[in-house]
Amino acid sequence: MSSDTKSVLLKPILENNPIGLQILGVCSALAVTTSLKVAVVMCVALTVVTAFSNFFISLVRNYMPSSIRIIVQMTIIASLVIAVDQLLQAFAYGISKQLSVFVGLIITNCIVMGRAEAFAMKNPPVISFMDGIGNGLGYSIVLLAVGTIRELFGSGSLFGIEILPLVSNGGWYQGNGLMLLAPSAFFIIGFLIWILRSRKPDQVEQNEFRMAAHTLEEVAH
Amino acid sequence: MSSKDSVSGTIKVALMLCVVCSIFISSAAVLLKPIQVTNRALDKNTNILIAAGMYDPTSNASADVPELFSQFKQRIVDLDAGTFLSDQELADLGIDIETYDQRAAINSTSLSDAIDGSDDIASLKRRVRYATVYLVEDNNGVLETMVLPVSGYGLWGTMYGYLALEGDGNTVKGIGFYEHKETPGLGGEITNPRWTSLWPGKEVYDADGDVSLSVVKGGGQGAHQIDGLSGASLTSRGVDQLIEFWMGPMGFGPLIDNLTKS
Repeated sequence: MSSDTKSVLLKPILENNPIGLQILGVCSALAVTTSLKVAVVMCVALTVVTAFSNFFISLVRNYMPSSIRIIVQMTIIASLVIAVDQLLQAFAYGISKQLSVFVGLIITNCIVMGRAEAFAMKNPPVISFMDGIGNGLGYSIVLLAVGTIRELFGSGSLFGIEILPLVSNGGWYQGNGLMLLAPSAFFIIGFLIWILRSRKPDQVEQNEFRMAAHTLEEVAH
Repeated sequence: MSSKDSVSGTIKVALMLCVVCSIFISSAAVLLKPIQVTNRALDKNTNILIAAGMYDPTSNASADVPELFSQFKQRIVDLDAGTFLSDQELADLGIDIETYDQRAAINSTSLSDAIDGSDDIASLKRRVRYATVYLVEDNNGVLETMVLPVSGYGLWGTMYGYLALEGDGNTVKGIGFYEHKETPGLGGEITNPRWTSLWPGKEVYDADGDVSLSVVKGGGQGAHQIDGLSGASLTSRGVDQLIEFWMGPMGFGPLIDNLTKS
């Protein structure tokens, strides 16, 4: 593997994580992380879609009229997402029922569109494909971390296998209901980004503006 | 301006893209359709079997489903009259037992009616005129089990499930929800076998023939009460109302009357 491919593949995992650094694709990370099994399928689906959409978009990048560039990208992405949805319904019906609308929403996942526009439009197909895989892995690592924490502390299980026996099933662990609701994923992702940026301070963004002090008039009101 | 950015070039690329993508999608849809249809039917039949307590996901394999399901006789019920439709009536209405989709019929004005506010206990807004029920009879033709489709509004959306009754039309054999949008871990516990196992043996009607089975907080005593789910008051109320609606005069009440009188 050349060093180029390697960096394209591995950089998005920690150094340039799509969720951690670019804060893209957070919405689906909230929705599908209550159970690890569903999160894994979502990760695979998103990685496949990002990789192939990058590949095909890069393949036709030199023929794309700039005026309809975004529409062409969307059409390719949407076709791939529909195909993935159909495949899931055929071969993993139970999980596709649980993922329901979120597979379709991969179309609007900013990671797919972002990589198409930022990378695939400027690079040849094979390296674009690798970039898609890399960003898919970056998304997956965050999703799996969040999914592990939420399922373990919310339902006391991992992949549906009981780890902490719940009170309702005759055990000792009282499940944390907050973990099963969407806001908990916000907190967990927030903490993950905090840890990541404390370890790699170069990821911290510059302030875009400075908060001005209160004026006397404002204080008076 | 290069040729790809000209108007004709743009249209050409757009057309080609559309053709390629539509061929890709249609072939995926057509090739995978048979598998998907089988999956859906299998899933539905499994849920009916689970509600009737005839299938245990931990010990049975999905390969057993067709054989187990063949014990059921499917009938279509006229809900208002409480009678089974004859083949002639089915033909007149254009309903095929195998393919009749009750959940699609709710959108048809000829197959469903709006429900008045005060009657609409389960917040369904519309009710179908004809419902598919699944019956098991013993060798002498005596009714052993009936599985009835039920639905009602929970906290976030409509819950769909099956309620199985014994041949007496009163004793509960089991309940199972196959589609709902309740909060996982709280209202979502309606699918937890530990909760559904509270149902078998309970009785729907009291001595006067009124629907008396209810989901209550911190109870579960006696033949007519089921302990509600903790942390899910609104979901429990939804299940309670769904039972009241579907076992009452607007639901399967007339059918159960007719079956038990005869």
